[in-house]
Amino acid sequence: MPDSDFFLAVELAGTGAHPASWRRRDSRAEDLFTARYWVDAITAVEKAGADAVFLPDSFGLQPGGAATAQGRLDAVAIAARAAAATHRIGLLPQAPVTHTEPFHLSKAIASLDFATLGRAGWEVTVSEGAEQAKAFGRKSPQEPAALWHEADEAVEVVTRLWDSWEDDAEIRDLPTGRFIDREKLHYIDYAGDYFSVKGPSITPRSPQGQPIVAVRADEGPSIQVAVRRADLIRIAPPDLDAAHARRAALRSALLSADRDPDAVRVLIDIDVHLAGTAERAYEELAELDRWSASGTAPRSGAPAATGSVLRHIGTGDSLTELLAAVSDSGAADGVVLRPLAVEATLRHLATAPPAPATTLRERLDLPRPPSRYATIQEGTPS
Amino acid sequence: MSSTKPRKSVHLAAHFPGVNNTTVWSDPASKSQIDFESFVHLARTAERGLFDFFFLAEGLRLREHLGRIHDLDVVGRPDTFTVLNALAGVTEKLGLAGTINSTYNEPFELAKQFASLDHLSGGRAAWNVVTSSDAFTGENFRRGGYLEHSDRYRRAAETVEVARALWDSWPADTLVVDRDAGVFAKDIPETRHRGRQFDIAARFVLPPSPQGHPVLLQAGDSDDGREFGAATADAIFTGHGTLEAGRTFYADMKGRLAKYGRGHDELKILPAATFVLGDTAAEAEERARHIRYQQVGPQTAIAFLEQVWGRDLSGYDPDGPLPDVDPSGDVNITRGRVRHAKDPRAVAEAWRAKAEAENLSIRELIIEVTARQQFVGTPAEVAERIDEYVQTDAADGFILVPHLTPGGLDEFVDRVVPELQERGSFRTEYAGDTLRDHLGLRHPHHRTSVHEGARAS
Ligand SMILES: Cc1cc2nc3c(=O)[nH]c(=O)nc-3n(C[C@H](O)[C@H](O)[C@H](O)COP(=O)(O)O)c2cc1C
Repeated sequence: MPDSDFFLAVELAGTGAHPASWRRRDSRAEDLFTARYWVDAITAVEKAGADAVFLPDSFGLQPGGAATAQGRLDAVAIAARAAAATHRIGLLPQAPVTHTEPFHLSKAIASLDFATLGRAGWEVTVSEGAEQAKAFGRKSPQEPAALWHEADEAVEVVTRLWDSWEDDAEIRDLPTGRFIDREKLHYIDYAGDYFSVKGPSITPRSPQGQPIVAVRADEGPSIQVAVRRADLIRIAPPDLDAAHARRAALRSALLSADRDPDAVRVLIDIDVHLAGTAERAYEELAELDRWSASGTAPRSGAPAATGSVLRHIGTGDSLTELLAAVSDSGAADGVVLRPLAVEATLRHLATAPPAPATTLRERLDLPRPPSRYATIQEGTPS
Repeated sequence: MSSTKPRKSVHLAAHFPGVNNTTVWSDPASKSQIDFESFVHLARTAERGLFDFFFLAEGLRLREHLGRIHDLDVVGRPDTFTVLNALAGVTEKLGLAGTINSTYNEPFELAKQFASLDHLSGGRAAWNVVTSSDAFTGENFRRGGYLEHSDRYRRAAETVEVARALWDSWPADTLVVDRDAGVFAKDIPETRHRGRQFDIAARFVLPPSPQGHPVLLQAGDSDDGREFGAATADAIFTGHGTLEAGRTFYADMKGRLAKYGRGHDELKILPAATFVLGDTAAEAEERARHIRYQQVGPQTAIAFLEQVWGRDLSGYDPDGPLPDVDPSGDVNITRGRVRHAKDPRAVAEAWRAKAEAENLSIRELIIEVTARQQFVGTPAEVAERIDEYVQTDAADGFILVPHLTPGGLDEFVDRVVPELQERGSFRTEYAGDTLRDHLGLRHPHHRTSVHEGARAS
């Protein structure tokens, strides 16, 4: 694997990112709704030495009808279920904010951070389209600009709630009978276009203070939210040159937004399929494509206009070489591998010596931020 | 106890000690109420004791007292779903029950979350449906509003109705996974619901979970609440914990079942219960007294009084007599907590009379009037009492509320459970794998329960 400050993540999309992946004999498609399936997959990714696992989610069924694996467990639930079975890997479930309450999300991710001793993250997504809007029946489908404006507010609310308890708010002071120092708990008093939330959280500040926030930013209004809010920015460029250009653009946007570009990691998606030999890997891919009508995986969360994405079809060794090349090229700070067929690729990922157990932040070499409310003096809220 | 009546099995559940003054944080044995380790300890202890389930209460806004965040009790709790899913990984049989409000959540999301918990735990999920909300709690949510009491139960009923429709929405043979034919799942039908609260049309994202429907608990005591519970719930969590009040409540709830076409055994009544053990009755009483003084410290005594008096009483000596000023009539001095007194003047009068008659200080009075310890005694005595409640239909079992986090259940499991087993009132091993099995509830799609059907032991 590449050097240690290169970030390696794996995204586990059901039986795989390829819509026909469930048809492989080894897919374990029958187990898709069991804890065993997910815990096995996530611990395999951990054994491979990856820094984090991404878990996609949505309130809608996968497109593609009867020939596609349909259905999904709640991603935050999967991450929580895997908490005690893992020790080093970061867990980044997706959670959409369009129909859910930021208050609930804030405590869910903070609690994941407690259960994992600081390995929690959250990939912010939005719920597009009429189908999910009708599942809630609360509002009409929104345009991307509105969806991401709402998401921007939701992240602000969530991260303020994470800070709403200072680290040392719990005092257990016997003489005064006080369990907490209430001066160290803060109303967030957020009022925006979509939310007004009083706070503070019901959950104390978690081990990382601020769990890691990830945003996919290929195009459109999601880019601004990523630049304003994300610790990890995911992109899906067609090649390394494009990756270079996007990363450079993101870094200058971060500077303009008054953020330190070195405090944000840009990760590129790479679809992978691994087998014992490259020939075998290509044959297996051809079989997957034959099974599926379209032959190209619909990419959840990525804009359809992206077209081709980076792909690696080969062996575990050739993947290691590719990752070294990506790392050396400076085109990205890390990658998110998207196995086309999860079981097959996990079997061929090299295992790595166990990394030290640290928080996800420490793995990213990001400092633990103080609560934004902790430094307030003379009662002037920022 | 009549000999013709078969002995009832006692059901036991473990309440994780929460944010009220029952939970003693000042004891040296009191550990974190938020670190996952604490949850693991209590859950594993409950499973070791063959309990039906582990239980989490909910509060979505930090309590305030006299306009400021209440700082005397334990504050801070994690997200219910996250904790229960994580606990599913460190337990095997124990049911996992979460209190989740139906006012500040959407049915589709809740259906997905509870079905996920049921799948990921292999059939151990339970949902304690509560409605409690006011504008105070609502300020943390975008819905943000106040629902009238009757609307809250209407919303609760519709929320459960939609969730159940979604849980049932994949026909039995939907999941095919036929690799050769290339069919993963047959058509998943759309679930439609049009009611006063929701207008929804959606295809659900999960196949039926191991329990079909997660077990449904209900807590809420108004007439609306009781009707909702009788119509809908598998078990009721109640505060009616004395023998007399328990029997009255029990008879009332079971009496409501017939009009919903439900049988007597389809609803379990599970009051909250505290306990204190000792090697002798006197030692248990002494420990109970000590715990009461820990639960009601000087500042807590004053805070209780302020709830009734509706004003700042910080100038009064907790070890002195009750204030001679009259209550203000303001009962909203504490927010985010179930109200203590509906008629503060009457309560104040009664308290004054009691304090004068018995010569009690403020703190002594509060210790007396807020006592909630039901089971104090030797392990054998406590087992005897619990069994009496159950065999005489004051309850079907209890949700135990230990006063210490996380070790508060250890002694009960080590000492009282064997006594109950000896009496033949408590299981010696789990008969099944799901919470429905533990509670003797039938699967919603089958007519027989494990206790009546082929799997009965
Ligand atoms: C034993 C018991 C436990 C309760 N626990 C909770 C709780 O944990 N969280 C909550 O929000 N409400 C809780 N409640 C409040 C009820 O959910 C209910 O909404 C409230 O009592 C108002 O409804 P009611 O008028 O029918 O009682 C509890 C009520 C009872 C009786």
